[in-house]
Amino acid sequence: MDLLNNILSGSIPMEAYLGVSLIMFFAGVYGFLSRRSMLMILISIELMLNAADINFVVFNRYLFPGHLEGFYFALFTIAIAACETAVAIAIIINIYRNLTSVEVGNLDQMKE
Amino acid sequence: MQYTLLILVLPLLSFIVLGLVDSKWKPKVAGTIGTVVLGIITALSYYTAWEYFSMHRVAGVYEKLIPYNIEWLRFTEFLHINLGILLDPISVMMLVVISTISFMVNIYSLSYMHGEKGFERYYAFLSLFTFSMLGLVVATNIFQMYIFWELVGVSSYLLIGFYYTKPSAVAAAKKAFIVTRFADMFFLIGILILSFYTKTFDFSILTAEHTTVFAGSAGATFLGFGVISWAMAGIFIGGAGKSAMFPLQIWLPDAMEGPTPVSALIHAATMVVAGVFLVARFFPVYYFQTPEVLHGVAYIGAFTALFAAVIACVQTDIKRVLAFSTISQIAFMMVALGVSGYDGQEGTGYMASMFHLFTHAMFKALLFLGAGSVIHAVHSNEMKDMGGLRKYMPITNWTFLIACLAIAGIPPFSGFFSKDEILSASYEFSPYIGGIMTFAAALTAFYMFRLYYSIFWGKDYIIKAAAHGHDDHGHGHTPHESPFAMAFPLVFLAGVTCVAGFIPFGEFVSSTGAEYHIHINPTVAIMSVVVASVSIIIATLMYRKPTATPDKLAKTFSGLYKGASNRFYLDEVYMFITKKIIFNSVSRPLAWFDRHVIDATMDGFANTTQWVSVKIKGFQSGQVQQYAYVFLLGTLLITAIVLIF
Repeated sequence: MDLLNNILSGSIPMEAYLGVSLIMFFAGVYGFLSRRSMLMILISIELMLNAADINFVVFNRYLFPGHLEGFYFALFTIAIAACETAVAIAIIINIYRNLTSVEVGNLDQMKE
Repeated sequence: MQYTLLILVLPLLSFIVLGLVDSKWKPKVAGTIGTVVLGIITALSYYTAWEYFSMHRVAGVYEKLIPYNIEWLRFTEFLHINLGILLDPISVMMLVVISTISFMVNIYSLSYMHGEKGFERYYAFLSLFTFSMLGLVVATNIFQMYIFWELVGVSSYLLIGFYYTKPSAVAAAKKAFIVTRFADMFFLIGILILSFYTKTFDFSILTAEHTTVFAGSAGATFLGFGVISWAMAGIFIGGAGKSAMFPLQIWLPDAMEGPTPVSALIHAATMVVAGVFLVARFFPVYYFQTPEVLHGVAYIGAFTALFAAVIACVQTDIKRVLAFSTISQIAFMMVALGVSGYDGQEGTGYMASMFHLFTHAMFKALLFLGAGSVIHAVHSNEMKDMGGLRKYMPITNWTFLIACLAIAGIPPFSGFFSKDEILSASYEFSPYIGGIMTFAAALTAFYMFRLYYSIFWGKDYIIKAAAHGHDDHGHGHTPHESPFAMAFPLVFLAGVTCVAGFIPFGEFVSSTGAEYHIHINPTVAIMSVVVASVSIIIATLMYRKPTATPDKLAKTFSGLYKGASNRFYLDEVYMFITKKIIFNSVSRPLAWFDRHVIDATMDGFANTTQWVSVKIKGFQSGQVQQYAYVFLLGTLLITAIVLIF
């Protein structure tokens, strides 16, 4: 009831944020493991990264209110994620040109 | 006298340059470089000798000079290995001998080896040999000597196997290397024992007259002999291997497979006397510490001298006759050392040995170069292909004759003086050894003149038909006198042979370093000259014109004849011992053990690893998601563990 009260009164507790990020993270994990298309896998990775971002911000906001490192890290991660997506898309396009498919199951030639 | 270092550095440089350049330069350039470098070294050696021997004696003896010495390796306080240059009468004398003969051989080879495949390689190896031999004689300590000793063995191996496409040359090279290596093993053991007890490698400490370094070994014995005796015997065996003493002489006749100038340089004049030099270098140690070993040297030498002389009488390959004659003559030097005393006039043997080494190097190199000249002309080593060559090759004929007279011991040629000293030293020691040596000397005169007559007299030379199949330019033509580059060394060495006997050798080299006056013992001298002359006359009667006497004699003494022609079956005995006994009872079981136990263990490791890898290689599927699963599970597992504990 406390939780509900708090939500209703406008102050959201930390656990709520963490709950959201937990759900997002495991949705990402699930997507990473179950999807066959590389684009979907990429989206799943983004989900996981964003979950981590939320955690950064939340921990910074609630545990170390006077500090800013968590926010910076979140911004930093967003930038990295953007770059990473660009690179990943480039790789995927190239794979598609070579194999005419983006199915991750087909990509096992690197094992030897 | 720092410049003596150049004597060592120059041939090494020449070897490196010629060896690296190989066939990129013209053969002529390589030959010229090698010869010019040797010329410089010869000049330096002569200058060294002149400067050294014109120094004033200190307290009646020539000083030992060490113009250059560096510490090369230091292990402990006592154990350190130096490299340096030691100048004393014998090393200076050896410098002169080696550089002279080497220079002559280099000149000679310019023509003899002309057009051979691998001419540059040949010159590179000659430089290597000269470097190692010079390094050997100027060594300041046993270990340096041992290093160069092995280097000499290697260059000998390389040069014997110069015609490496010929199986017999390869076999001969291997034989020479293995036999001398086997002997060197004893040498090394000897060195180690000696230095273990004396705590030094240094010659100047070991051979000092009143040295105390042997005190530590007093009383230590092994199988009834003192340890120092064993050490010195081991060192002598090393020397016997290089100097082809019985029973390690088997490699030298086969070594004649190498090019003839190489035989002249390495297997007649320089390397094979390294053993004599070694004993001479250690002479004070032998004389004062282990006289029984020194007497053993004398007996082995006497036996070898006789043994080799007998074999030389029946060989038909001219180079082999010379090889056995070399063995016999080196044995003379060994005997002389073995019978020598130390002080003053008692040191006849020592002086005679060094004198004979000097004169023998000159006339034996001359004989080999002469034989090379003959072989060059008739393209054969066999006596039966020769005869009557004196008309075609006058220079070779005369120089060869001079060398034969010298080795037979006819005055006024150099061999007479040195051999006479050896004989009188032997008679002073024991009449039996003296008798044996006189007999060996008689045989020497006989077989040398048998050789001489078979080559230059005897039957007339049969000019073979031109259509004999070979495309050698000389074949099918009349034999011709050798060109200048080959004739010059012959004439030069013949000149040396004529005058070397009159060198007052004893004033330069003697056992103590003090002046020694050579005086010819008239009884011994007359006797040896008479004996030699009689032998020569017998040889003249038998071989000057083709007669039936040699065949008749061979039939009468058929057992001896067959035995001697087959070198008394020593090679067969060696083959039996090595192949049948050692290979079967030692090497094969060891090989089995190596293959089935040691190798099998290692193979087992490899096989197990491979088996495991095959089993687990399914993990690496290349499927990213599978990896992610595993990763996730692992993470969860670790998290669980962390939470629980």
